[in-house]
Amino acid sequence: MIPLLHVSDLHVSIRTDAGIASVLDGIDLTLERGRILGVVGESGCGKSTLIRTIMGILPKGARADAGEILFEGENLLAFSEAELNSRVRSSRIGFIPQDPLMSLNPVFKVGTQMLEIMRDHAPPDGLRGAARQRARVQRLVGLLRRMQVPDPETALERYPHQFSGGQRQRLLIAAALACAPGLVIADEPTTALDVTTQHEILLLLRELVGEFGISLLFVTHDFGVVAELCDDLCVIYAGQTVEAGPVHAVLSAPAHPYTVALLACHPDRADSFQGIPGSVPSPLAPPPGCRFTPRCLHTTLPCSAAVPTGRSAVGTAVKCVLYA
Amino acid sequence: MLRFVLRRCGLAVPSLFGLLVVTFLMIRLVPSDPAAAMAGDAATPEQIALLRHKYGLDQPVWDQFVVYLGRIVRLDLGESAFTHRPVATDIAQRLPATLELIFASMFLSVGLGVPIGVLAALRHNEMPDFVLRVLSVLGVAVATFWFAIMLQLLFSMQLHWLPLRGQLADSVPRPVNITGFLLLDSLLGRRWDAFGDALAHLVLPAVTLAFGGLSGIARFTRAGVLDTLQNDFVFYERAMGFRRSRLIWRYVLRNSVTATVTQIGLLFGGLIAGGVVVEAIFDWPGIGSYTVQAILTGDRQVMLSVTLLVGVIYAVVNILTDLVHGLLDPRLLDRT
Repeated sequence: MIPLLHVSDLHVSIRTDAGIASVLDGIDLTLERGRILGVVGESGCGKSTLIRTIMGILPKGARADAGEILFEGENLLAFSEAELNSRVRSSRIGFIPQDPLMSLNPVFKVGTQMLEIMRDHAPPDGLRGAARQRARVQRLVGLLRRMQVPDPETALERYPHQFSGGQRQRLLIAAALACAPGLVIADEPTTALDVTTQHEILLLLRELVGEFGISLLFVTHDFGVVAELCDDLCVIYAGQTVEAGPVHAVLSAPAHPYTVALLACHPDRADSFQGIPGSVPSPLAPPPGCRFTPRCLHTTLPCSAAVPTGRSAVGTAVKCVLYA
Repeated sequence: MLRFVLRRCGLAVPSLFGLLVVTFLMIRLVPSDPAAAMAGDAATPEQIALLRHKYGLDQPVWDQFVVYLGRIVRLDLGESAFTHRPVATDIAQRLPATLELIFASMFLSVGLGVPIGVLAALRHNEMPDFVLRVLSVLGVAVATFWFAIMLQLLFSMQLHWLPLRGQLADSVPRPVNITGFLLLDSLLGRRWDAFGDALAHLVLPAVTLAFGGLSGIARFTRAGVLDTLQNDFVFYERAMGFRRSRLIWRYVLRNSVTATVTQIGLLFGGLIAGGVVVEAIFDWPGIGSYTVQAILTGDRQVMLSVTLLVGVIYAVVNILTDLVHGLLDPRLLDRT
């Protein structure tokens, strides 16, 4: 069976005043049905660009130069804006944004916004007019109740500022599920929340995957969140996928030098605070081949050629000459 | 909501009282004798003194003010020294023409300015944006009277498309007076000839008056939309597949028009002030030309009353602006 989402060798560049920035340079990831895939990387590694490319909303001057984004077997890169709107967004791919405080339109009622999402994308139910509207409101109220939003019956009549941050994230999760999509993309949905709320949201997401039959692409910079939530993991460094595999395999036996170094930095694992020497290369003038080369401890090897994908001892996919 | 309105109304009272005091005192600085002006050139000193006594102008300023205030409260605005009719009657007769002109200009500047501003923001740094920038410089730089005369020369004198001046041609009988608003009365009386003629007369003064406001509104709308487009929620709404037309004209625009609404409120005041010049040029029978006449003849009662009237209109428009802000952004209502 083909995977739900399969991104292969994705390259995205952005034309800027200072030159052409190669933001994504060989992203590979696979999300199987019913799984939660964590995409992990530092800020600036291209996580947001990856999400925007999948959703087909690239910033000005950006374009996908190579690669494929196969979603249910169709290449999303070949879709026009109109096709994405009519056949993909909300109806098949739901989105949970990073900042719940800023992502709802402040001057419209929550219900107005959620019904706008359903307006063009809700699955056909054979109803029309007022009956259809009532059915949609009912579905939304049911979703809000499931998300444990207080007073779900009246919530749709309220404005975003009348909810707390955690409640607004619950509203956004309900909105992502409103049109029954198969894939939900979550962009660091817990970063803006405090730790206890964060934990509740993660538990909720975990339950929803089975309950609503969705698959979740969860983008974050936090290994702790990945360990708690995800089934699979894909590590990104400077626009390149460096390592991918089941979460427990990657975390227990990291193979790529970057994954090793990054995990060594995590306060839960490190004996003392330490970082990775050097800094992330500029996408305007990246090193050829593996972009981690300038900071890597194994630089005697031919790293500046095209990077092969190998297998680690525990079976994770590693893009490093050490495993080729 | 009701509390919101009442509070704003309450706040307007001291402002209007201040305006009353200041205009009353300032008009006393004008070096002309109102009694002499009223009596006319042929009057004897005895006649002037009689008038002065009749209108209480020989009383102390304080007493005069108390009398004046008492009359204002009863909506008695006095009598025009020039038309010898109650000022209130004159104003009631002329205000509809002015309001008709102002509403037409508002309609033009908002109806064109908002879409132009939105297009300029969507095509940021492209052709429509450059056109708007040129337009807004012109809107500020071009003098109203010059623009009016150019329009008259082109569309009336050269092309003969539109009438030069006035509100209705002499050959067209006025429709029956129902509301005082010429266009409305023409419609209510099914006088299509009068409606067409009045509309043709309205075009040039309304366009003149709208020009400056239009560029201002377009500029503020453009800035507001550009600002709104930066917001996370716009990305979110795109990602969730909001239809583009609805995203822009409903969800983005509602967030962008706060500054525009303020601008429209200010514009209304500007239109009343600009209307004075435009009404004079186009011989429009409204409050503006009435004011010019009053200033030229030193007609105190009229000057005082018109100033007060403009103040009241300003205050009402301000309250409406606040109210619209509240309706557009529910966060404001919750805060008060």
